[in-house]
Amino acid sequence: MFMRDLAFPDVVPCTETDLMPLQVEGVRLCLDGKAVLDGVDLRLEGTGCTVIMGPNGAGKSQLLKLIHGLKRPDAGRISWNGRAAAAVTARQALVFQKPVLLRRSVAANVDFVLKARRRDRGLRDGLLEHVGLLDKARQPARQLSGGEAQRLMLGRALATEPEVLLLDEPTASLDPASVLAIERIILRARERGVKVILVTHDTGQARRMADEVVFLHRGRILEHVPAEQFFPEPETREARDYLNGRIVV
Amino acid sequence: MQDFGEAFALAFGLVLSPTGDLLEIVGLSMRVSLTATAIACLLGLPLGALLAVTRFPGRGAVLVAINALMGLPPVVVGLLVYLNLSRAGPLGFLGLLYTPTAMIIAQTILITPIVAALSRQILEDLNAEYAEQFRSLCLSRWQSVQALLWDGRYALLTVGLAGFGRAVAEVGAVMIVGGNIDHLTRVMTTAIALETSKGQLALALALGIILMAIALGVNALVQSLRMSAERRNVYA
Repeated sequence: MFMRDLAFPDVVPCTETDLMPLQVEGVRLCLDGKAVLDGVDLRLEGTGCTVIMGPNGAGKSQLLKLIHGLKRPDAGRISWNGRAAAAVTARQALVFQKPVLLRRSVAANVDFVLKARRRDRGLRDGLLEHVGLLDKARQPARQLSGGEAQRLMLGRALATEPEVLLLDEPTASLDPASVLAIERIILRARERGVKVILVTHDTGQARRMADEVVFLHRGRILEHVPAEQFFPEPETREARDYLNGRIVV
Repeated sequence: MQDFGEAFALAFGLVLSPTGDLLEIVGLSMRVSLTATAIACLLGLPLGALLAVTRFPGRGAVLVAINALMGLPPVVVGLLVYLNLSRAGPLGFLGLLYTPTAMIIAQTILITPIVAALSRQILEDLNAEYAEQFRSLCLSRWQSVQALLWDGRYALLTVGLAGFGRAVAEVGAVMIVGGNIDHLTRVMTTAIALETSKGQLALALALGIILMAIALGVNALVQSLRMSAERRNVYA
């Protein structure tokens, strides 16, 4: 349908980032006096798609906000190739689980980001085409369906020309067609060299997308292995239970 | 009762075919209050937005002060403006006392806190939704404020209306700083007060009817704007 093959090659330019590796050392985060993340050590390299998995309350979203620089850890260090997280927020884009759309038209939502980043407004239609929303450009953004809203969030994220794309359960509670559309957009960004860090609950999605998997449980990282190693045979019982669809608490 | 009936009949007659005097009074009222509302919005909206997005020591005290100023008695504002603009006052050299400008100043002071306090509340709620996204986009404070003001535009319309309603209906401040001078500073409220005290109920009633109609009309307009915006789901 709208996934014309790289019809607008300039929209998501090839990226070569010097933000990697991402180094997380001994990170601890407390919310309301309770440790959500406790002693997280993580090193992410180069390109590809890192999927962060884990049961509810494992601290996945909080970890994403920490590495994006939106929050400061209570203890520990986060460094993007030697730079502090908050210093490089602008070189990344975060797509939130719940779409945060401005009360304007679809096109104006993209314009807003292009203007804020002083990028050429002429890129807007290409971006909308890229995420399959060009025909809805004039519609109020808040009238979009869940899947469309999330695609607009992705289009807006790509409008910032991110070197790293952070996604917090971008397809939670969406229909399969929307999930597929969103995954394709993400994979195309990844193909163009954008580092993708994806938090998801959906093991099917994780299998389709992951180059490597970080398994988080109760604020700690239990596994960090390549996808081809994780899915057939997780090392820890928690990860095995999780993949087998048992309730992990 | 005979008198009241006659007064009403005369009043409706006046409303339907207004005299030059009546039009002049209504026109001045609108000019003064609309100008005051516009200036109050120019000052109050950015102030409210700034208070919505910033956190600083003493912010709580500022909020309490602005909320308290919402209830400023118009006569007190009139008195303060009078003291400043009178010949002996610090701004007496401007010669503004008993002019429409003095009335605009008084009404602006009266309603700016209303605009600031109400818009602060609206924009703070909006900001709660947008703040994290804006930080992720690394927007400057000014960019955030602009975006909030634009996205809250329909709710802020009601704020402007509340300010206008207060300005056009008050009598104490414009009476003191304007002096209710015929053909110069006579507005609807001061005219109503004067005509009533003179026993000229017809003109007073006619003005009262017009004042009510304006209040109703402006409210209806804003309400329909908001409803159409909500129907299109732009503001939700």
